[in-house]
Amino acid sequence: MSEAEVPLGLPLVRATDVTKTFRVRDRGGSARHITAVDRVSLEVFPGETLAVVGESGSGKSTLGRAILQLDTPTSGSVEFEGTELTTLRPRERRAFQRKMQIIFQDPYASLNPGRTALQQVLEPVQLAHESDPVARATWALEQVGITGEQVHKLPRAFSGGQRQRIAIARAISVRPSLIVCDEPVSALDMSIQAQITVLLRELQAELGLSYIFISHDLAVVREIAHQTAVMYRGRIVELGATETIFGSPQHPYTKRLLGAILVPDPAVARVRLQQLSAQVSEPLELDPAGGLVEVSRGHFVYR
Amino acid sequence: MSNNLLRIQGLNVSITNRSGQTVQILRDVSVSAQDGGILGIVGESGSGKTMLLRSIMRILPENATQGWGAIDFDGRDVREDFARSRLPISMVFQDPLTSFNPLRRIGGHLTEVIKRFQGVRGKAAHELAVQALTQVEIPEPARVLGQFPHELSGGMRQRAMIAMALLVQPKLLLADEPTTALDATIQAQILALLAKLRQEEGLTVMLVTHDLGVVAALCDRMLVMKDGVVVEEGDVEAVFASPQHPYTRQLLDATPNVMGGAHE
Repeated sequence: MSEAEVPLGLPLVRATDVTKTFRVRDRGGSARHITAVDRVSLEVFPGETLAVVGESGSGKSTLGRAILQLDTPTSGSVEFEGTELTTLRPRERRAFQRKMQIIFQDPYASLNPGRTALQQVLEPVQLAHESDPVARATWALEQVGITGEQVHKLPRAFSGGQRQRIAIARAISVRPSLIVCDEPVSALDMSIQAQITVLLRELQAELGLSYIFISHDLAVVREIAHQTAVMYRGRIVELGATETIFGSPQHPYTKRLLGAILVPDPAVARVRLQQLSAQVSEPLELDPAGGLVEVSRGHFVYR
Repeated sequence: MSNNLLRIQGLNVSITNRSGQTVQILRDVSVSAQDGGILGIVGESGSGKTMLLRSIMRILPENATQGWGAIDFDGRDVREDFARSRLPISMVFQDPLTSFNPLRRIGGHLTEVIKRFQGVRGKAAHELAVQALTQVEIPEPARVLGQFPHELSGGMRQRAMIAMALLVQPKLLLADEPTTALDATIQAQILALLAKLRQEEGLTVMLVTHDLGVVAALCDRMLVMKDGVVVEEGDVEAVFASPQHPYTRQLLDATPNVMGGAHE
């Protein structure tokens, strides 16, 4: 199976000061730059999940794409298995990109409606020059629970959860060591969410995969992530072990985010909503000259 | 016992697909929305909860047919003229970006609704638009009226859509997953706004969601749907405390307890 080719204890991915700016034109036609990701540094270890949480527009997806080199970072460095990716030539980069896969929120949009489950998975397997593509693709589909006659069905014959399983089979078929999961369960129902989350955990244990798990759903993050990075306006404002972030959040934005969770218990949730509506939520200002400070071992807070 | 603003009995909806097959989407659905209450409708996708709202709004797809046993609105039998008369009901959707014309400023959207539903135009309409945005707690309303939908954040866009829905002067607001695309802090703000509108304006709300935390925080009564059928209905506290239908129990069990102790 896919074994991480780095010694234990070294990160699989190390991003340093990754910045991504986009040039946009405003109504008057004058150009300005928007910094979607601002000097972000993080590490992902083999077999571990790093969650990236934050509000929409905070830069989570852009960060994921910059790490995968789907969008080249404006500045900063991304090392994968010890190799700097940002300076690679396209052909060299492609070899690494096979080891880094991505799955998206909407599995219907990421599958070709005219191809069967098996054909969907065969495509990347063939491109990766596997010796027995059909066996490999069938194996990948088996791993996600798509078996027998099902593999010859078209996407429309599958439910949303099953389609996401096919997308996962595609990703694991080419023996990656990292999968970026961009809101992989946000479009799914609660019980299906739980099934996909369990599947991702099982695959991680069996195949030694690392995940970067981008989500705005804190409940799912707590279920799956070893480490959590909280993003706000393009910056990581807090980073640490998931239990530490949820148990003793330090940054005001993290506190605000966790404080807004509504638990499925009427007595608790009602009081919480009343408290929240009484608060005035001013936008938080980040010190532009600030940076992450280690407040305890492995727990970083933007100051 | 409180009065029902809306009471529907025996609603059936079916859709005929291109190959001529008829699929029943809603089967003998009965639903009551208490005046000034917030009713939560939960269920998985495909359970028919969105179709229920769309039936009430009369915005079903063209290939759908519907039949009603009884519909009462505000104490009146409206079955006869439901299709023709315009009831004071409006609706907000999950993604406000797709509900706005992207090339039109927020002010243009609001003043059109004001003109159509309140017969007011010009400076007076502008004043009403400013008031509408103020009511949904949008800061700097005059500036926001001059902005395009994409220039607003997700939370502000949802507020603007609620403002637009309120300009219809509805008694009943239908909300289809209004906070699903928003992160926790913004979700709480939008829910707090709905609670305020109920409190201060006496607005009745029917809210479709898959998030039981939202139901727990905001709703008085809830309806659980599965495969086009209502499987459970009751007061929110009662249903959470002792769910009767196996499917309701399954839904409550599937909800991850985010603030609980360490998971296994």
